[in-house]
Amino acid sequence: MLSKDEIDKIKRAREEWEEKSVSKTISRFPERKPKFATDSGIVVKRVYTPEDLQGQDYLNDIGFPGEYPYTRGVQPTMYRGRFWTMRQYAGFGDAEESNVRYKYLLSQGQTGLSIAFDLPTQIGYDSDHPLAEGEVGKVGVAISSLADMEVLFDGIPLDKVSTSMTINAPAAILLAMYIAVAEKQGVPMDKLDGTIQNDILKEYVARGTYIFPPAPSMRLITDIFEFCSKNVPNWNTISISGYHIREAGATAVQEVAFTLADGIAYVDAAIKAGLDVDEFAPRLSFFFNAHNNLFQEVAKFRAARRLWAKIMKERFNAKNPKSWQLRFHTQTGGSTLTAQQPDNNIVRVTLQALEAVLGGTQSLHTNSRDEALSLPTEDSVRIALRTQQIIAYESGAADTVDPLAGSYYVEALTDEIEKRAMEYIKKIDDLGGAPKAIEKGYIQKEIQDAAYEYQKAVESGEIVVVGMNKFQIEEEPPKNLLKVDPAVAEKQKARLARLKSERDNNRVKEALSGVEKAAKGEENLMPYIIEAVKAYATLGEVCDVLRSVFGVYQESVIL
Amino acid sequence: MDIKKGIIDGDRIALAKLITMAEDGKKEAMDIIKELYHRTGNAYLIGITGPPGVGKSTLTAKLARAYSGLGKKIGIIACDPTSPYTGGAILGDRIRMQELFTDPNIFIRSMGSRGHLGGLSRGTRVAVRIMDIFGMDYIFIETVGVGQSEVEIADTADTTIMVLAPGLGDDIQAMKAGIMEIGDIFVVNKADREGAEKTAREIDTMLDFNEKSTWRPKVIMTVAQDNKGINDVLHAIEEHMKYIKDSGIFASKRKEHIKEEILELATQNIMSEIMTGLSKEELLGIVDKVAKREIDPYSASIDIIKPIKGGIQK
Amino acid sequence: MDRPIRVLVAKPGLDGHDRGAKVIARAFRDAGMEVIYTGLRQTPEQIVEAAIQEDVDVVALSILSGAHNTLLPKVVQLLKEKGAGDKLVVGGGVIPPDDIPYLKSQGIAEIFTPGTPTSESIEFIKSHVRVEA
Ligand code: B12
Ligand SMILES: Nc1nc2c(ncn2[C@@H]2O[C@H](COP(=O)(O)OP(=O)(O)OP(=O)(O)O)[C@@H](O)[C@H]2O)c(=O)[nH]1
Ligand SMILES: [Mg+2]
Repeated sequence: MLSKDEIDKIKRAREEWEEKSVSKTISRFPERKPKFATDSGIVVKRVYTPEDLQGQDYLNDIGFPGEYPYTRGVQPTMYRGRFWTMRQYAGFGDAEESNVRYKYLLSQGQTGLSIAFDLPTQIGYDSDHPLAEGEVGKVGVAISSLADMEVLFDGIPLDKVSTSMTINAPAAILLAMYIAVAEKQGVPMDKLDGTIQNDILKEYVARGTYIFPPAPSMRLITDIFEFCSKNVPNWNTISISGYHIREAGATAVQEVAFTLADGIAYVDAAIKAGLDVDEFAPRLSFFFNAHNNLFQEVAKFRAARRLWAKIMKERFNAKNPKSWQLRFHTQTGGSTLTAQQPDNNIVRVTLQALEAVLGGTQSLHTNSRDEALSLPTEDSVRIALRTQQIIAYESGAADTVDPLAGSYYVEALTDEIEKRAMEYIKKIDDLGGAPKAIEKGYIQKEIQDAAYEYQKAVESGEIVVVGMNKFQIEEEPPKNLLKVDPAVAEKQKARLARLKSERDNNRVKEALSGVEKAAKGEENLMPYIIEAVKAYATLGEVCDVLRSVFGVYQESVIL
Repeated sequence: MDIKKGIIDGDRIALAKLITMAEDGKKEAMDIIKELYHRTGNAYLIGITGPPGVGKSTLTAKLARAYSGLGKKIGIIACDPTSPYTGGAILGDRIRMQELFTDPNIFIRSMGSRGHLGGLSRGTRVAVRIMDIFGMDYIFIETVGVGQSEVEIADTADTTIMVLAPGLGDDIQAMKAGIMEIGDIFVVNKADREGAEKTAREIDTMLDFNEKSTWRPKVIMTVAQDNKGINDVLHAIEEHMKYIKDSGIFASKRKEHIKEEILELATQNIMSEIMTGLSKEELLGIVDKVAKREIDPYSASIDIIKPIKGGIQK
Repeated sequence: MDRPIRVLVAKPGLDGHDRGAKVIARAFRDAGMEVIYTGLRQTPEQIVEAAIQEDVDVVALSILSGAHNTLLPKVVQLLKEKGAGDKLVVGGGVIPPDDIPYLKSQGIAEIFTPGTPTSESIEFIKSHVRVEA
């Protein structure tokens, strides 16, 4: 911190510079725009100086990596020790096909798996459900039972990889299947490492794969917290996600605010369910987006980390430093990528991946150049993975911790994002917390407004998207897009029919009624669900039981 | 297609088309309705009104489903505001009625207010007549729900349900006078939320001070979203229906509504007469004169209806 | 007389991508149309019933889940079966160019893919819809 005198000196010098040099230059060469601002409406000044950091106290507000408030990162040495986990989200077709893709990715140097499920699986329908028609295996792998899960991880040692599963409403069931497969491989639960997304609140506002209403959904989540804290200690029980919120149209500030507000709601719920904050909070993880504005995004990660640390320490009185740490996965911003001139996307992804690294991410997915066209081809995924590897091994960006700290601009942005996010969180608190704000449609409306503003700005040309609304060329239609084999659905149906005829149907019935009883009562559901999946009850069957007890969610939309 | 025949045969496409044509003020539509007007009078009309977001659409959906379960045929007309600037509208009530989309007993129509004030849409009344002709047993009319006084519904429906929710304290105070007269039944929805009982009690107390008629409105708590309390509302509707029919209020109310309707139509007719007898240029000319203070608006308004006045006297 | 074009904006299937659908719903509204949005997870049957009851001029389907070849033709086919084949059906979302000729042959009037300005689809609708004066 500089003394007041020194700041005043700088201020005077700056004013003089503005009066003399700047105004002279502007009178001859006007600036490109009357006002520069980020997508969050943060006005960007011509230059930043020590004046902008006046209130900042280095030791309290910035500190050192691995120490409260973690502005500079959650580990003391960050990537000097080990690079982030390179984790490409993948999956399509049936379990066999995805198994091949995962083995390929691991052979290419990817260090963790990230499973994409198809929509029927995510919404709790088996592949033979009428509503699954046309959707089986289309945007992820179809998993209807433990039998499919066994094929999916065939030959992949579950004690050696960390697996992230993007599964929310039926997260408990897929986790149960993972535990059961591991057991068959001889791997005990406490050796498992991975993440389930398990973040239902953002499904209601941004992602759409909800099944049950909020109250029973929150109960499923806290049941998982409790079960894992006792039995699967290395499992990340939730990935509180801003990624989807941003993709649905939110600004950077909204991404931070709504994600942390959701986080607060989960912590509240778990405490209410009788859990001790320091027992479950260390296993909470986060998931953020990296859009195009380089410095804002880096600042966003730093602000989120600092804000969460304060929330956990001050609001929830957590004592364990691990509870204060915001660990996060990052994915580059799909909605920034264009169908036009798709190779340009490689460049966008490079910038965004760099942001995540400069922002201290724990793991990273880089999107493929064919993002706006179809699921990525193998070639495109390889380039995306190579992008991360080039940043890691060649750029030097990973050689020092938090390299942008101390930049007047980045520090000022970090403060500003934190401040604005906090204002939103206050507003949401006033509405009664995130679940209430969602019920009222407040969060959805804020996101939709931002999405529409963005669309209008792109259409007016106020926002330039290179190759899309400026610098266009005549293009050939894209070739060699990935196509999912439509035979998958039939194959899956046949597999299900076989399973249902071969399994012990009495055991299934008993296990399902166990789930039903537990759902109606207050016991932890996990052991019952594990028993049901081990009996080869299908995902759809377990979900049907839960639907009959819990009811189903109706979206609340205000356009 | 032969719309008239379609309507008689129970063809839903004909019903949908006739509503569109009538809403657009098409003469062919009015001709059909005139011919079939004798078929009206059988449907029972239920108004659903209340501040924005209290759960009107959700409640309507559940009531409709309950009646459908009893084998009744239901029409629903859901009104939403039209933007005065663009003429566009998002008609958002249907989204709460997803479960009814494929129920063969139920027909839902969303309508933009299209400049009409008072809580209904321009075409609501005529759409009600058409659904009545079509043979609906019950027709639910959800008002625009902008929170202002939406008195028109009481001049249209046989039973008006005022829907409220906890946490509207000040709103209730503000609407007091208005709502007490409009509601035949009061529903406090979102009873799963804190303060529902308090709200219900407040309303009850207000009603005690408002003993104008012999019908004492019921106050019912519901959780529409979870289908709770729906049967109580249904019974209250039936009870109110019985009350007004037995007491003769039904007949006089209907007459009163017909009077309102005639007057409203007459107003519309006069307006359209004026507009047909007056070119845009003529009107602009008059406006100019008033703007320049050459004449005053009061005289101008008399001037432009002179041609019709002549017609009427004749 | 002049009346607003009525559009049903619908999300067929299990797809949860609603950003685009909500954006176009608002854009249509601001272009003076009456827009009915169905919400997520609609079956072709539900969409067609809603289109009939609302007597919309346009059925606008937004789909990014890859299930378009199954679901979009089904909507058109059901509309025809139920005697409502006169409605303009348009689609949009992530739909590979290779699939577009097939969809058009099945009666989808036009497909709007990522990056298309909303003004383009509005123009298309205004010039193709049959709103008799
Ligand atoms: C944003 C996004 C998301 C967000 C969605 C947020 C939301 N609430 O909408 C999130 C992050 C939640 C998400 C999740 C998933 N996504 Co996604 N997502 C995208 C992304 C990046 C952008 C889509 C978008 O909203 N763009 C902005 C809007 C404004 O544009 P738009 O929808 O394209 O609409 C424009 C035009 O297409 C057109 N239009 C669209 N609809 C209509 C309709 C009519 C009638 C008209 C006239 C015009 C029109 O007009 C609009 C304006 O220009 C695309 C890739 C891309 N860049 O397109 C992938 C993409 C669509 N997603 C994909 C996948 C696989 C998923 C998941 C299913 C992954 C998984 N397995 O879990 C999940 C689950 C989602 C679900 N529940 O269905 C795939 C789909 C692959 C396919 N179809 O083959 C894509 C293509 C990415 C990829 N290459 O893998 N996604
Ligand atoms: N907690 C709770 N929420 C409800 C209940 N009934 C409806 N809702 C929710 O309240 C919100 C508004 O419901 P609607 O039925 O659209 O209310 P409305 O009065 O028709 O709204 P407008 O037509 O926009 O004025 C939705 O999110 C519903 O899911 C209920 O009983 N309890
Ligand atoms: Mg409503």
